[in-house]
Amino acid sequence: MSTNSTIKDNPVVLQVEGLKTYFETRWGTVKAVDGVSFDLRKGETLGIVGESGSGKSVTMLSVMRLIPSPPGQIVEGRVLLEGQDLVDLSEKEMGAIRGSQIALIIQDPMTSLNPVFSIGNQVGEAIKIHQDIPKRTVLQQVLDVLRKVNIPAADTRVRDYPHQMSGGMRQRVVGAIGISCEPMVLIADEPTTSLDVTIQAQYLKLLKELQEASDIALIFITHDFGIVAKMCDRVAVMYAGKIVEMGDVRDIFNNPSHPYTEALLSSVPKLEEDVDRLYSIEGQPPTLHDLPPGCPFAPRCQYVRDKCSQSYPPQFNLTDGHYAACWRLE
Amino acid sequence: MQRYLVRRILLALVTLLAVSLIIFVMSRAAGDPRHVYLDDYSTQEDWDRLTETLGLDKPYYYQYGIFLGSALKGDFGQSIKEGRPSMEVIIERLPATIQLGTAAFAFSVIVGVPLGILSAVKRGTFLDMTGKIIALIGQSAPVFWLGLMLVFLFAVRLDWLPPYGRQEISSIVLPAVALGWFYAAANLRLLRSAMLNVLDSEYVKLARAKGVSNNVIIWKHSLRNALIPVLTFAGITLGSLVTGSLVVETVFAWPGLGQLAIQALAGNDYPLLQAVVIVFTLMYVTAALLVDIMYAYIDPRIRYG
Repeated sequence: MSTNSTIKDNPVVLQVEGLKTYFETRWGTVKAVDGVSFDLRKGETLGIVGESGSGKSVTMLSVMRLIPSPPGQIVEGRVLLEGQDLVDLSEKEMGAIRGSQIALIIQDPMTSLNPVFSIGNQVGEAIKIHQDIPKRTVLQQVLDVLRKVNIPAADTRVRDYPHQMSGGMRQRVVGAIGISCEPMVLIADEPTTSLDVTIQAQYLKLLKELQEASDIALIFITHDFGIVAKMCDRVAVMYAGKIVEMGDVRDIFNNPSHPYTEALLSSVPKLEEDVDRLYSIEGQPPTLHDLPPGCPFAPRCQYVRDKCSQSYPPQFNLTDGHYAACWRLE
Repeated sequence: MQRYLVRRILLALVTLLAVSLIIFVMSRAAGDPRHVYLDDYSTQEDWDRLTETLGLDKPYYYQYGIFLGSALKGDFGQSIKEGRPSMEVIIERLPATIQLGTAAFAFSVIVGVPLGILSAVKRGTFLDMTGKIIALIGQSAPVFWLGLMLVFLFAVRLDWLPPYGRQEISSIVLPAVALGWFYAAANLRLLRSAMLNVLDSEYVKLARAKGVSNNVIIWKHSLRNALIPVLTFAGITLGSLVTGSLVVETVFAWPGLGQLAIQALAGNDYPLLQAVVIVFTLMYVTAALLVDIMYAYIDPRIRYG
């Protein structure tokens, strides 16, 4: 994060503008992502934080055009990868970009590898799809990338099947698949939730190293502010399909301006405080098919005022690159 | 892999041995075979002679030993009705049964597997609906009724296919469909739900994120995983298709083992019935063994487990 100033000068690789992804369900239209915009620079790490169902994962799946359709559909917005709009691409063109220019690391290492194919096969698959190279070279590249993610004895492990590996090792294999084609953008969707803390710390360190080695732009989806503090340059806080606050990680921690961000931060247990009960946000996240016209956080907000239930607040800029959508800032 | 295979084969042998014991006990419990061979006009001398020939004066374990020993040689005694070795009668009938069983199995796979995959991939469409109807009929209609309806429609009304017997090549179509429909339906439903599960899995999501095309995802990544439950079922299917054709063979007058078993049962022909049951068991166990081997080929967790 000491490299913050240099990252700010890096070119933008991914630009998401007004992205809306809706799902048609029998209860009505679910606005899972409702007008999300952000940009991402080369070598930068963006954290996306929010409760389950806030739209973090759907945003990222939309960026990769992996929304199951039907019922889901990107109804509006643009996803520009180095200026090219991914929303307009055909399925075939998109297939050439997935895994090579944008890659994904999924949540659960225990289920994200196919049990019937060997590790080498699964890591090599992306390489084979995206690079036209002979078989021998593929194996060589697979070994290289497995070594990069610190798989010991990679040349024998490459023939192993997922069930022969530990959770931490499987997660590193998933990571290896992610970086195998040296993507520009890597999306990590809660990559450490099911790992124990020591393995988690190792894995985060590894991700950071890999990112720095090849200047990958990293999007980190999580609900763990501890990870955000350790990993990210900037943070976007999502609630009910919208980004409610966004800014540099320092600004967000020092000056949380949206009541939801504030509440999220208060629910992180602190080492130096002795508490009986952990703080929790009152109420439930709203159901997304039946949103009230105003701010969806209003029913749970301790600063709620009349205006909140009438219209959705615009973005209020606080400092450079730090904004929040809350009427309190008016 | 080798250890797995050896264990499977040993288990198969144990199963066969257990079945032979059950058959032995049941045949003793079913009544005194001397009453079948002898009638009211037989003398005490006949009785004693038969006792000795059948070995009934020996203790039970000794009798079982003899039974097992001759069974290993393929000798199941004389068929009472036919007056010649039971095995000879069975071998005559075996090809017809295997033919029907194989045809029915082929039907169940050729119809069930592609429809199962398509129903899952095109979930909720007209195709899925068609699949559901085919499965519903197959799983709920009794085989004898289905057989009769097929005869009525395709043999009597349309006169496309012969209604019974085994004279022409086309004779096999109706009994094979009647026998295979239930299993086609089961394959379809099993594969559909397994495919839906797999298509929804994280590893399929990751494969898509790697840029793998939809076809490869369906046919390579998903099918191989989804086939595991189907294969388990296919093992049972293969066994019961060759052995479970009693009703169908009777309805269509198909001269196979099923028909033979019914005849042997009706005619109190115990040696023949015993032999048929042993052969059925052997086929069943072989089918199960084949599936176990296939399993290991498809799923590495079994190969290395």
